[in-house]
Parts: sequence; C-alpha cells; structure tokens
Amino acid sequence: MSADLAEPPPPNAGPGAGPSVGPSAGPGAGPGGGLPGADLAEPPPPNAGPGAGPGGGLPGPAAAHAGAVRPGVPSGLASAARVFEHRAYQYRRAFRGSLFGSFVNPALFLMAMGLGLGGIVNARSPGAFSGVTYLQFLAPGLLAGSAMQQAIFESTFPVMYGLVWRRIFHAMYATPIGPQAIAVGTLAWIAFRLALVAAVFTIVAALFGALKSPLALLGIPAAVITGLAFAGGMGAFMATQRTPDKFSAIFRWVITPLFLFSGTFFPISSLPAALQPIAWLSPLWHGVELTRGATLGTLLDDPILTLIHVAVLIGLAVGGGALFVRNVRRKLAA
Amino acid sequence: MSAAAEPRIAPSPGPGPGPGPGPGPGHGAAGPGAGPRANAGGGRSVPRAWHLIERNLFVYRRTWTIIVSGFFEPLFYLVGIGYGLGRLVGDVTGPGGTPIPYAAFVAPALLATGAMNGAIAESTFNFFFKLNYNRTFQSILATPLAVRDIAIGELGWALTRGGLYAIGFMAVIAVMGLVSSPLAILAIPAALLLGFAAGAVGMAATSFMRSPQDFDLINVFTLPLFLFSATFYPIETYPEAVRTIVTWTPLYQGVALIRGLTVGVVGPEMLVHVAYLVVMGSIGLWITARRLDRVLLK
Amino acid sequence: MSSHSPSLPLIHARGLTKRFGTFTAVDAIDFDVAPGEAFGFLGPNGAGKTSTMRMVGCTSPATAGTLRILGMDPATQGPEIRGRLGVVPQADTLDEELTVRENLLIYGRYFGLSRAECGRRADELLDFAQLTERRNSRVEPLSGGMKRRLTIARSLINEPDVLLLDEPTTGLDPQARHLLWDRLYRLKQRGVTLVLTTHYMDEAEQLCDRLVVMDKAKIAAEGSPRSLIEQYSTREVAELRFPVGVQETLGDQLDGLADRVEHLPDRLLLYAEDGEAVAVAAHDRGLRPETVLVRRSTLEDVFLRLTGRSLVD
Repeated sequence: MSADLAEPPPPNAGPGAGPSVGPSAGPGAGPGGGLPGADLAEPPPPNAGPGAGPGGGLPGPAAAHAGAVRPGVPSGLASAARVFEHRAYQYRRAFRGSLFGSFVNPALFLMAMGLGLGGIVNARSPGAFSGVTYLQFLAPGLLAGSAMQQAIFESTFPVMYGLVWRRIFHAMYATPIGPQAIAVGTLAWIAFRLALVAAVFTIVAALFGALKSPLALLGIPAAVITGLAFAGGMGAFMATQRTPDKFSAIFRWVITPLFLFSGTFFPISSLPAALQPIAWLSPLWHGVELTRGATLGTLLDDPILTLIHVAVLIGLAVGGGALFVRNVRRKLAA
Repeated sequence: MSAAAEPRIAPSPGPGPGPGPGPGPGHGAAGPGAGPRANAGGGRSVPRAWHLIERNLFVYRRTWTIIVSGFFEPLFYLVGIGYGLGRLVGDVTGPGGTPIPYAAFVAPALLATGAMNGAIAESTFNFFFKLNYNRTFQSILATPLAVRDIAIGELGWALTRGGLYAIGFMAVIAVMGLVSSPLAILAIPAALLLGFAAGAVGMAATSFMRSPQDFDLINVFTLPLFLFSATFYPIETYPEAVRTIVTWTPLYQGVALIRGLTVGVVGPEMLVHVAYLVVMGSIGLWITARRLDRVLLK
Repeated sequence: MSSHSPSLPLIHARGLTKRFGTFTAVDAIDFDVAPGEAFGFLGPNGAGKTSTMRMVGCTSPATAGTLRILGMDPATQGPEIRGRLGVVPQADTLDEELTVRENLLIYGRYFGLSRAECGRRADELLDFAQLTERRNSRVEPLSGGMKRRLTIARSLINEPDVLLLDEPTTGLDPQARHLLWDRLYRLKQRGVTLVLTTHYMDEAEQLCDRLVVMDKAKIAAEGSPRSLIEQYSTREVAELRFPVGVQETLGDQLDGLADRVEHLPDRLLLYAEDGEAVAVAAHDRGLRPETVLVRRSTLEDVFLRLTGRSLVD
C-alpha cells in the first residue's frame, strides 16, 4: 500500500481549510500526499559530552525515592478534562481564523439568502411563515444545519488524526487515562466548539434582526445537541476506518440531502405531501424545529412536540456516544 | 483540529477523487508519446498531457461513480432548492426580462457552481498535495514531461471529470423540463469553459501557497462568489451600482452564459462571457506554468 | 500500592500468551526483568515483540498466563501501572499541532501533574534531549532523530520506573542512533530500568544487559549478549564469498573444516575458535573464494543458529 495514501494531510488541512461551498474533493478527500523530504541528519551540538549539567537534573527513580512528587491516577472526569485541555491547546493556534470565519460565513449567508432572496420570498409568499420574514425563518435553519456539518467534520478528522494518522489517542492511552476518557473528552470538546460557533451565529443573526424572541438563546443548546446527535455516530464510524474515503460519500449522500430537506431553508410543507413524513426520520429536522422554536419564541406552543425533538436528539447523542466509546476502546485496547 | 462553521449548500461534481492519486508510478508518463526532451515545441504538449489524464483515469477507476453522482446530486439540489424554494418564490425574471420558473432559473446556476467548485477543488487541494507531498506526482516530474504539459494535463483531468458531471447534470435538467431551448446542449461546453477558467486560476493560486492554512483564503473568494453571483436571485435585485460590480465577477459570467443557453436567450453578450472566461483561463495557465517552472525545477 | 521490593523482579511473566482470533502472536513465554537492568527482546519483524510490549505496557490484555509489573496485575491496576511506565512507541506519536515544549506539557498533564510541575520537568527534559533550542518550534520540521529524542523525553515526564522502547532506532541514521544510545545509557546509569525490542543486533549488544531471542511467538534463548554468543556460536567466523554457482558445488570439501558451517544465499560461514586458521585451511584444500572476511561472532550468528534464518528478512 502506497505511503502516499496512508499519510495524513498536514494538520489544519481538513475542515477549516474547506471552502464553504462544498467542493467535491474538499472535505479531507483531497490531500493524499506523503511526508515531504528526507530526514536531515542531525549532528549533535558541540558540547554533547559529559552530562554534568543536563543529566544532573534528570528525573529518575532515584529522585522519586527521595520523596519527589509522584504522579497519581486522575479520576475519570479529570481524565476527560485533560483530553479537553489537549484539544484546547491545539486550538490556540487556529482559533482566531476560525472565529473570524464563524462570523463572516453566517453573515454572508444571511445577507444573500436572508435578505437578497428573502426580499423576493417575502413579496411572493407573505403568509408562508406564520408572520415572520424569510430571514427569520432561515436563520435557525442555517444554525442547526451548520451545527450538523461542523459536528460531522469534528468527529471525522480529529478521530482519524488520533487513531490512524498520528496516533495521538494511542499516545494518550500510554498514560493512566483510558479509552473512555479519551472518547468522552473528544465529544466534550466537540460540544464546546458547537456552542462557540452557535453563540457567534446567534450574535450575527441578532445583528441582522433575524431573532424574534429572548428564547433565542436556547437556540445555542439546541444547536449543540443537534450537532452531538451526529457526532457520536460519525465518530464511532470513522473510528473503524483507516482512510477518510467514506467521509466524502457520507457527506454527499447523507449530509447534503439531510441539509436540503430538513426544513432548513424552506418549510417541509413545500414538499409533496407524500414525502413530508420522512422528515421525522431526519435528526436535523428535529434540530431545526427545536432551534426555530427557540429563535422565533414558539418553543412552548406545543411542549410535547418540543420534548419529542429534545428526546430524539439526546437519545441519538447518547447512543452515538456510547458506540464511539466502544469503538475507540476496541481500536486502542486490542 | 479546527473546523470552520459555514453551512455547505452548494453542489459539486462527482464524489471527488478520493485521497489523491494512488500508487502506480508513472503509468501515464511512460507512454510512447513521452519521448523527446522537456523543451520540445508546444505542439507535442497535448499528446503528452494526455498521458497524465490517462494515468488519472486509470487510477480513478471509479469513473462511473462520478457519473452517477452527476445524476443524483443535481437531483437533490434541484428538488430542494429548485422546487422546495421555488414553491415560495414562484417565477423570477430570467435573462432577457421574461419570467421563468424558479427551478429553471436556479438550475443553470447550480450547474455553473458545480463546475466551478469541482475545478477549484481539484486545482487547489489535490494539486497542492500533489505538488508538495505526493511522491508519485513528483516522480512524474523526473520524466520528460514538460512543466507546461503537467499544468495542461492536470487541468485536462479536472475538466474531464467536470465534463462527465455536466453531462449528467444536463440530462437531469432536461428530463425535469427545465430547459427551454435546444441551445441548452451548449451548456456543457460552457460549463467546461467555466471549469477551465476556474481551474487555471485555482492552480495559479495554489502554486503560491505555502501551507494548507492558505486554503482558507480560497474560501474567502469562493463563498461570496457562490452567494452573490445572481445564483439564487436575479441580478435585478441589486441596486444599480452593485449590479455593475457583480457583472464583472467570474461566476456571474459563467452563470449568465449557461443560463442564457438553457433558457434560450442569447445575444452578443454571450460572446463577452466566453471571451472573459477564455482570457481568465489563459492568464491562469500562463501564471501557473511560470510558477511551476520556478517551484518544481529549482 | 504495590508490594514490590527490590529483590523481586520488576516485570514477571509466566506462560504469557496473546492470541488474535486463531492467530497466536505470543506463545506462552516466560521472562523476568530485574530492577535497573537493560533488557531486550531481539527478533525479526513479526516475532511477537511488539505484542509482548503492549501487554507489558498495559494497553493490550493478555489472553492467558501471568504478568506482573511492579508487583501489580495489569488486569486490575492498568492505570496505576501505566502511571509508572514510560513508553516510547515504534512510531513517534507526537502531536504536530503543538510545539515541542507543548507536547511535553500536555503529556505530563495526563499523569495528573500540575501545570507548574509539567513546565519544570519539560524544561529539564528538553535539556536532556538537547532540544531546548527548538522548544517553541513545531514538531513537523524536526528531523527523525530529533523527533525520536522528543518522544523519549516525553516518555520520561512522569519519572517512570521502567522505560519501554519499541524499536527505538529504526529508521534513524547512524549519527542519530549513536546519540540515542548515549542518552539511553545515561538513563540506565541513573537507575531507570530499560526494556526494549529491536531487530538490530548491534543495538542489542550495545544496550542490553540481558536479552531474549524471540522468533515466531516463542522465546528461543535467553542470556546476556556475551553468554548467548558463547553458548550458541564460536568465537570467530570466517565469511567466504564465491563466484556465482560455485558455493553449491563444494560439498565434501567442507567436511571437518570448521566447528559449524552455514550456507547463506550469498556466502559461506565457517564457525571456529580461530577464523584465520580456518581461512588458511580452506585455502589449503583448494577452495578459492573471491573474498574472505574474518570477524567475531555476533548475535546475528546466534539467531541464525537458533532459527536457521537471519534477523533481517
């Protein structure tokens, strides 16, 4: 098998680099290169001789027995927190660009579709959205939809990176923490990222006048559980893979249709009546309904329905998460 | 690893070439046409460039999946955006001022976007990784293929994929009754022309990139293009001043060209669109060849 | 806490077995590692060394047999044991999104160390690994040798009692290898127990106090490098290379020439106490090799004797 195929793209070459307009080869399917160049022989520095200075302070069992600090075994929660911390460190380098994108992209979409297209829609179909403008209808749909896409990315490339490309998860497992903490910590980070992006989106939407109700803040947790409903399952699947090939297929055949037909930018009622019940099978539809209920303030109009949405999403999130833990454990502790 | 937040709602041709070209060292490059030295005249470039395409086809054995997704993907987008959204929008102002159904308005824009996206993806991601990380590609450079041949060959492959996708797309559009004119068949070469222009510029841009972080910059250009080039709503939606600016952007030119053909409203401005894309592509190719010379053979 | 005392072995294995489905990777092996020694698993690829190391490292459960590390059972106290091990895996599992120093910091945190303590130890280890100048550099541009040194430094962040190294110098150039051996030797001098796997006989001879020779999931022999050579080989070897096709025809001419004769595809090995004498005797018998090389026996010869194959496939 060619090393060219097995090698990962360099870090940060995945989703952050992908154009938002969904290029065919983009999501991780593009790069296939091997590592560049040959290793350079590294001559030892001139005074690589007696280890007086450097070796003197070297940690070793002698020091340990002399009563130095002995590391303990962190608890499960603390272990997951360490994994979270690790991801936070990784993010430090990229967060500015990423945050900027999180502002700009929704703004562009809301401008083009919400306002540009929205003008036409509002004129032609004034009563279509029960008294709200198209912009107000669209914003929560986009929010939930991007949460889904974000979650799919975050549960693919970092998992490949951790289990296959750079085996960071294996490195983690060589310490007292275990596979469960690794998986849970990863999901916790994904949740945090989702919350961050959702918060920024909410701010942008508010600036555009797309939010109708103070309940809109609940859109953030709604978006988070929407994303998590996908993250666990996707992570579980990608944990079984050696290459990201299937990711493209999943994105193309599952994610994109879900995005298009879950009431994100047109109501389900626009579809033929025969197709409408299918929406219930779409986790994204549940997420969109929940998020829209939040931003438009209609969450409590039908509390049972709202609870169903929440239950479905949380159920998927927990189930997917459990599968993820199991598959990570299988890969690491074979 | 960080991920951007943007929603992705645009089509793209085919399932993508997977994780880059696989093993198969120099299959195409070793062909009979690859004899003479690198600096032989330009007349030899096309046959030699063909070998790059041949190699890619050999490696991407799953061309049928490209065609299949060329059928289904536009179907998804057309039903979703064309009909779903169309129910809310009704008819819009088409080229020449006549009202046309929203689906017929959006379909050519989706084709144009798909052509652009696919070409960009191939000519940025894949090209970048081939240039900098893929030893298979770098080993091709050790053969007599000229740098110019490489540029043309890579672009040719991108266009072949784009062409397959466009054929699939047009078939779906036609079957759904969204074309009003026999001229629509010309939309396929028009899509290829747009792909050529976008791909050439994409390669040129990639030849300047130093690290994968730079990919984010591509997004900065393609997303606004996708959203604001009269793809979802007629250009008349814009105030006069904005309209003029948008008219000069590349995707608008491609969309206008293809939309004019599918709707059957053609006039002298079609030639302007064609010329624009030809010039854009040529400049892109020229820059690419110059940069590759510097980057690869140093 | 463990009940391990200095006189008991640090690592104790009896009948240790690892099976993957129907495939047996490690077949009921026995070994003990004493505190402070450098212990090696020598064998070709696929012998079962890595599987053994993973069991010792408490990341892979044993299928059968007894394994005790620092007096503890991996099945019940895996995390505790891992807290006192240092692991240098075969592939550097360094995080390329972090700097050199950050890699150390993060790793230390996994052991429950405070940030301040991680920082302190990281700086010391950077010094030890001679990477202080590159501490804020990204990992990707480092050479293979530097990355390996970083991995070793990382493995020491928790001040382990035992350091497990899986093929530590594979893929490194000679200079980097020697630098690494030097660092490992210093560690040994400070009392760290080293357990390593390798398929390089020079590495085994240089670093190990004792080693086991593994082949096809079993242990073929055990002892110090020197005792293994004395037991399974002669003092010297004469290597004779003949023109193509000649070696096969030699037959009777070789009888009684040496204590042992081995036919390799490209040369003939004559084992004896005095290699020069054998070479001369061969010449006297009319053998006309193209080249003659007389050298001392190595672990390669031991392996050849035990298994009939060479270490490197």
